[in-house]
Amino acid sequence: MSADKFSNPVVRWVDHRLPIFTFMDHELNEYPTPKNLNYFWNFGSLAGISLVIMIVTGIVLAMSYTPHVDYAFQSVERIMRDVNHGWLIRYIHMNGASFFFIVVFIHIFRGLYYGSYKAPRELLWILGVLILLLMMATAFMGYVLPWGQMSFWGATVITNLFSAIPLVGDSIVTLLWGGFSVDNPTLNRFFALHYLMPFLIVGVVILHLVALHRFGSNNPIGIDPSGPQDTVPFHPYYTIKDFFGLSIFLSLFAATIFFFPNFMGHPDNYIPANPMQTPAHIVPEWYFLPFYAILRAVPDKLGGVLAMFGAIAVLFILPWLDRSPIRSGNFRPIFRIFFWVFVADCIALGYLGGMPAEGIYVVLSRVATAWYFLHFLAILPLLSVIETPRPLPQSLSKSVLGGTALAGAASAVKEKV
Amino acid sequence: MMKWYQAIIFSCALFASNAFAAGSGDVVLKHKDWSFNGPFGTLDKAAMQRGFQAYREICASCHSLDYIAFRNLSDLGYSAAEIKAFAAEYDVEDGPNDEGEMFIRPGIAADRFPSPYQNDAAARAGNNGAYPPDLSLITKARAKGPDYLYSLLTSYKDAPEDKEVPDGMYYNAAYPGHLIAMPQPIYGEDVIYADGAPSDVSAIASDLVYFLTWTAEPSLEKRKRTGVKVLIFLLFMVGMSYGAMKFIWADVKKA
Repeated sequence: MSADKFSNPVVRWVDHRLPIFTFMDHELNEYPTPKNLNYFWNFGSLAGISLVIMIVTGIVLAMSYTPHVDYAFQSVERIMRDVNHGWLIRYIHMNGASFFFIVVFIHIFRGLYYGSYKAPRELLWILGVLILLLMMATAFMGYVLPWGQMSFWGATVITNLFSAIPLVGDSIVTLLWGGFSVDNPTLNRFFALHYLMPFLIVGVVILHLVALHRFGSNNPIGIDPSGPQDTVPFHPYYTIKDFFGLSIFLSLFAATIFFFPNFMGHPDNYIPANPMQTPAHIVPEWYFLPFYAILRAVPDKLGGVLAMFGAIAVLFILPWLDRSPIRSGNFRPIFRIFFWVFVADCIALGYLGGMPAEGIYVVLSRVATAWYFLHFLAILPLLSVIETPRPLPQSLSKSVLGGTALAGAASAVKEKV
Repeated sequence: MMKWYQAIIFSCALFASNAFAAGSGDVVLKHKDWSFNGPFGTLDKAAMQRGFQAYREICASCHSLDYIAFRNLSDLGYSAAEIKAFAAEYDVEDGPNDEGEMFIRPGIAADRFPSPYQNDAAARAGNNGAYPPDLSLITKARAKGPDYLYSLLTSYKDAPEDKEVPDGMYYNAAYPGHLIAMPQPIYGEDVIYADGAPSDVSAIASDLVYFLTWTAEPSLEKRKRTGVKVLIFLLFMVGMSYGAMKFIWADVKKA
C-alpha cells in the first residue's frame, strides 16, 4: 500500500491516514476486468446511475409534495404547473422508475443467460434479487403518492393481498393501512417508506459491489481470466464503454421524457382518487404485470399470493437449481433454447397481466405461470444432468472456439497501461 | 460483440405489451392530425383562444377548470389587461375580512377559475346524479385524450333501434357503453367567433381540444422544444463517446 503513487502531497497525507484514494484507485482505476465483456455488461452501471437519478429527483419532488389525501393530487399538479421545471423533474422521476426496471430486467436476464449466479458469485446474485425486491416495494409505494385513481385502487388491491396470510393476515393489512381502509394514514406511511427505501437499496448496492469486486465480473465466455493478458484495467477501458452506454441510455430516456412522457403511465391516474368509484380495469404499472399475471393465474387467493412471491423466491435459490458447471449459455446448446423460451414466457406474462382476467387470457396465464416455475424447478435441474456442453476455450484470449474471436492483445495492453 | 440491439428489441416488446394493455374499449375514435402531435408539435394559439371562448360559453356552466388560473391565459396570447378584464367578469368569494365576514369581490389574475357548483354534491344534484368532471386534465385522463374528446363531442347520434336509452341518458357512439349522462353540448353555430372562424360542430370540438390540451399540460410546447435541444446534445454525446471508446479500445481489439 504505497502512498507514493500520488504526486499531490495533500492526497498523500490524507491517503496515509485514510486510504480512500488507494481504495478508489484499486476499485475504479486499476480494477482488472475481463476484456471480452459485451454491451450487456453496461446495465450494471446504468442501474446504479438510474438509482442516483431517482434519488436526486425524488428529493427535489419531496420538497413540493404534500402527503395528504386532500392535497396530494393537487400538489403534484402544482409541481407540474407552478414549480420551476417541476414538469421536467416529475417526468424524469415518473419515467425513471420504468427505465430503472427496464435496465434491471436486462441486467437480470444477462445474469441468467451467462450464468452469473454460479459459484463463486451466489451471494452477489442473492443481493441482486434482494435489490429487485426492495425496488418493487419502493416503486409500488411511489405509485400511490400522486393519489390518482390507479394509485388508490392499486394500493387497495395489493395491500388486500396480505389478508390471505392465515391467522395474522388481517392484522398485517390493518398495520399497512394504519386503519381500516386505504386512507390518509396509508398515504403518510407510504410516503415515509418510499423516502426511506431507496437508501436501503443504496446499502444493498454497496454490498452487491463489494461481492462483485471479490471475484470480478463474469464474462460472455464464462471462464475465469487466466492472467493479466485476459483483463484490462477498468479505467479507461470500461469507464469509456460505460459512458458510451450511458449516452445511448440517456438519449432513449430523454426521448421518452420529452416526447411521450405519459406513454408508460395509465390515463386513470390523472383522475383524483375516488374511493366510491372503481375503475373498469385495475392494472399495476407495466413492470409488475408479469407478477400480476402470476397472481391472478392461481384460482385461490392465498395460492396466488404465494405464487407471486414464489416467482421472486425461486430466484434466490437459483444457484442451487442450475447445477451445470458451465456458466455461459453460449456453450450450452439446449439451455440456450430454453432461455429464449423463458424470455418469451416472461414477456407473455407481462402481456397477459395487462389483459382482463377472463376467457382465453386466464388459460394462457396459467400455462405461462406453470412454465415460469417449470423452467426453474424442473428444466434447469434436469439440463444440468443431461446436457452435453460444447467444449470451452482454453482462455479468454484464446477463445477462438466460441465464435467470439478475441486476439491476444496482452502486449499492447501492457504498453498502454 | 454480442447482439446489443437485443436489449432494445426486448425493451420495445415490453413497451408494446403495455401499449396493448392501455388501449381497450369497443369504440373507434376519430383520429385527427393535431398540431401538437410529434416532437416538433406546437399549440395553435388562435384555436386555443377560440376553444377558451367555447369553454366559457358552452362548457363552463357545468364543468369546472380547477387547475387553471386567469394568469395562465397569457400562454394563449392574451395581454395582462385582457386577462384582468376576463378575471373581473367572475365573482370570487374571499375573506374573512377584519370583521370576520366572507365577501364577494371581482376576480383578479391570480384567482383560479371559479367552479360552477358549490361542491360535488351540488354538481350531482344539478345533473341527475351524474358528476360533470373537472376539465383541466381531461385530455390526459382519457386514453388517446385529444382524439377521444373530439370523437365524444362529435358522435351524438340517434340510438340504434335495439338500444334502449333511459330517461336522462343520451346515445353517443364514442362513449364507452354508448350511454352518457351529458346531453349533446354542441349543435353548431353555438358560438360566434370574433375572428370569423367556422363554428360548425367539428370546428368547435376541435377548438375545445386545443384549449383543453393546453389546460392539461401548459408546459407541452416548452417540453417539446427543450426535448429537441437535449436530444441534439445527447446524440452529439453518443457520437463523441463512441469515437473515444473506439480510440481507447483500438490496441486491445487489434490482432
